[in-house]
Amino acid sequence: MDEIQRTLLEQIADLHEVPTGAYNIRANGELAGRNTTANIDIITKEDEPGIDIYIKPGTKKESVHIPVLLSQTGHTELVYNDFHIGDDCDVTIVAGCGIHNGGDKLSKHDGIHTFYIGKNAKVRYVEKHYGQGEGTGERVMNPKTVVNIEENGYMEMETTQIKGIDSTKRVTEARLADGAKIVVKEKLMTHGNQYAETEFNVDLDGEGSSANVISRAVAKDNSRQLFLSKINGNNKCAGHTECDAIIMDNAKISAVPEITANHLEAELIHEAAIGKIAGEQLIKLMTLGLTEAEAEAQIINGFLK
Amino acid sequence: MLELKNISFEVQDEKGSKEILKNVSLTIDEKRFIAITGPNGGGKSTLAKIIVGIEKPTSGQILFNGEDITDMSITERAKLGISYAFQQPVRFKGIKVQDLIKLAAGEGVNFAGACEYLSEVGLCARDYINRDVDGSLSGGELKRIEIATVIARNTQLSVFDEPEAGIDLWSFNNLIRVFEKLHKEQENSIIIISHQERILNIADEIVVIADGNIRARGKKDEILPELLKGTGGCKFYNNEEC
Repeated sequence: MDEIQRTLLEQIADLHEVPTGAYNIRANGELAGRNTTANIDIITKEDEPGIDIYIKPGTKKESVHIPVLLSQTGHTELVYNDFHIGDDCDVTIVAGCGIHNGGDKLSKHDGIHTFYIGKNAKVRYVEKHYGQGEGTGERVMNPKTVVNIEENGYMEMETTQIKGIDSTKRVTEARLADGAKIVVKEKLMTHGNQYAETEFNVDLDGEGSSANVISRAVAKDNSRQLFLSKINGNNKCAGHTECDAIIMDNAKISAVPEITANHLEAELIHEAAIGKIAGEQLIKLMTLGLTEAEAEAQIINGFLK
Repeated sequence: MLELKNISFEVQDEKGSKEILKNVSLTIDEKRFIAITGPNGGGKSTLAKIIVGIEKPTSGQILFNGEDITDMSITERAKLGISYAFQQPVRFKGIKVQDLIKLAAGEGVNFAGACEYLSEVGLCARDYINRDVDGSLSGGELKRIEIATVIARNTQLSVFDEPEAGIDLWSFNNLIRVFEKLHKEQENSIIIISHQERILNIADEIVVIADGNIRARGKKDEILPELLKGTGGCKFYNNEEC
């Protein structure tokens, strides 16, 4: 791994060296490192690019890191990663993609992640996207996440895209069985001329299933964002979707929450708020001695924390 | 220390221009505890905002330790040693109580130090230090945190805009103790805008502002009886027989 790849790895996975536990590092379309454990197996797909990750039922307190690094300008890829998580597991999965584009060609990573989460299993899924590089070539990522959760399974998904991605279209689909729960926390910041679109489609099929989709977004400069969140209550269930966004400069943000109740006992709520930083928040921090720019940074950091 | 010279402040509304402050001059010396009172809409809060730099006067001059600060920004005045407690404390998403106190006290303050400021305003630090400064806190809690940020700054001048507004009686009693302590320590100057007799009682001096003018200024023994007379109708309030 070279210095650029090391930086990317640090940005997307807080890793300085190879992680402990199971991991699979993909760099410029090639396998750059893999480790499996007694409970976690990683197998390269034969019919399409990507990997299958198998986590044995009952695996607790283990983690899997599957970072993707792109440092070669002009490299584009479409990868399928499937996660088979057995019943009663309690695991953390850290994915993420870092692109360094030093050239003038498009660098693009499209990843399709499909989760099969077993009964009573608990999964924390962390995904960070990051881009850098002095080149004029675009840095593009289009992640798609498909989540299937069986009875009483739980998934917490944290996705973060703070810097450097020119264009992204993120799609998340989830289907929940009885008693299953999903919590999604999305953090997004766009600047320059970036465009980001996120779409959540959650089907609450099971009795007692629930979903909570929370998005915090900041759009600066001339960037644009579109937030779509659809929750379908197909049984006795609870769903909540919330988009809270700060708009700055000449940015544009659209938030389109959509909740559909197909069952009498479905309880669904949507909230969406877009606004600039409140003047009084800036003033309060300025009375503490911060400059306007420092106050603004403090407010945004807190908002996206 | 603080000198306001011929401060006027006008706003434009649909009826034309309206004078909120009319040629107000006021000097506040070091280590003084001054209460500003008067009817609502008389210009008290505007005066506070002009001192802090949130509003710029239409005319007049503000001196702080002899230096002209009339054209200085909020940040510059804060750095010179002026603090301000909002009447309506500001809420933040994702900023914790300890973040705000650390910003106020400066880099040097540690976790224990931040907790101490909360204890000073009667809040159990353990319960509050990691809370977000948002709508999950009650009006009284926010108010006390607001005051803690000003105490943490420990500046030469602190301006409190109606600290009693919007808080319950229990919180108010605690608050009085905070101001009594600040007064006793007499390390810095305090300007406190208030309608509360108990706060006016602990001030060295009371300034009455009404209709954009300073109506009276003096020791509480001179000013308070006059003020209470002004309450008119209720004799009970004046300790007279109803």
